[in-house]
Amino acid sequence: MSDETQTIGEGDLQAWVDGRLAPERRAEVEAWLAAHPEQADRVAAYQSIDDALRAHYDPVLEEPVPARLQDAVASRRRWRAAAAVAGWIAVGAALGGATVWQLQAQRGPVPVAQPEAPVIARRAALAHVTYAPEVRHPVEVGADQEQHLVAWLSKRLGGDVRAPKLDAEGMALVGGRLLPRDPGPVAQFMYQSAPGRRVTLYVRTEGPDQRETAFRFAREGNVRVFYWIDRKFGYALSSADLNRDELLRLANVVYQQLNP
Amino acid sequence: MARPGALFIPMSDAGSLVALIPRLRRYARALVGERGAADDLVQDTLERAWSKLHLFRHGTNLRAWLFTVMHNVHVNRVRAARPTDTLEDDMPELAQRAAQGDALMVRDLERAIEALPTAQREVLLLVALEDLSYDETARVLGIPIGTVMSRLARAREKVRASMDGKTGTKLQIVK
Repeated sequence: MSDETQTIGEGDLQAWVDGRLAPERRAEVEAWLAAHPEQADRVAAYQSIDDALRAHYDPVLEEPVPARLQDAVASRRRWRAAAAVAGWIAVGAALGGATVWQLQAQRGPVPVAQPEAPVIARRAALAHVTYAPEVRHPVEVGADQEQHLVAWLSKRLGGDVRAPKLDAEGMALVGGRLLPRDPGPVAQFMYQSAPGRRVTLYVRTEGPDQRETAFRFAREGNVRVFYWIDRKFGYALSSADLNRDELLRLANVVYQQLNP
Repeated sequence: MARPGALFIPMSDAGSLVALIPRLRRYARALVGERGAADDLVQDTLERAWSKLHLFRHGTNLRAWLFTVMHNVHVNRVRAARPTDTLEDDMPELAQRAAQGDALMVRDLERAIEALPTAQREVLLLVALEDLSYDETARVLGIPIGTVMSRLARAREKVRASMDGKTGTKLQIVK
């Protein structure tokens, strides 16, 4: 046989199966295989095994992801650990400046002297970027089960949680999910406009010492957030798709609906 | 205010982690077979990954890193559950059962994969199913690339041998 016979080893054959040979080497291996039909049959069988593997297991990619796995990423403990590691401020600063300032809303509540640190804005922004890009599973419970969704989140947050109706603003409710947080759980509602622009409303319970605040605006990377505290709950409305004015208008609608 | 690079984790990593869950589930399903057990493995992997996220070097391959985490979690679980089980490369092969027709081919494939020692199964799945390079596979599993190649060859040959005659193809290896 030729010199190639001696130099072509099992590793070459495996790499041929995996399509990982350089073109010249691939040509050498294929010439050798042409002269060794049994070996050619063997590597062809390997390829068909690979094909069968993918055909058999690829459908797993299309299965809905169980909520417990999404929660494993978003759960309170990991959330806090990630926050501690990443540093919320570092995150914002590195992604374009954590600009936070106070804004007197036209019809919002009265501002207080000592604004709460905008942790809620950062967490809401993180939750937004985590779930808003999701195509298949943006929410745990869809808007088609809105009653169940609201009842479930109210029970978990220990208060009367409502999903504002923003259809008049061109924003339809997609659904919601639960996001654990210290000291209690957090709800996230997601809305989407016809062109696919998304907004999330982050709702968390506040401690008894929290007072009402004005609307405040924060920007985390490309996510804009209006947030406020109103009695029992803290709210943050986030979007990467809406500009500040659009988001503010929406925040006013949300606020008014939650305070009829 | 950003901290030094090694500690910096962009917000997008949280989204990336979520986006990679289906890939982790596919690999886990092929690795451990049963759906519930596979998702348990994914869940443990995600939780461990979160707690170790500061060890991930941003800019490197997050998916390969997650497979590394899953490998470690899986190996620990197998060791803890069945100390004498199939971590070693060479284990007696399961007796092959005769199967009839294509309808059983899928079960034959599952059985053939399941019959592989864990070390060989991991290599085969990372290369053939997950399309990792040999180098990435070696790093994920913490083994030399030569070991990747030998395990891959053995795994493929075992699966081929156990599928042989069941798919209508008669194949003989010539050594």
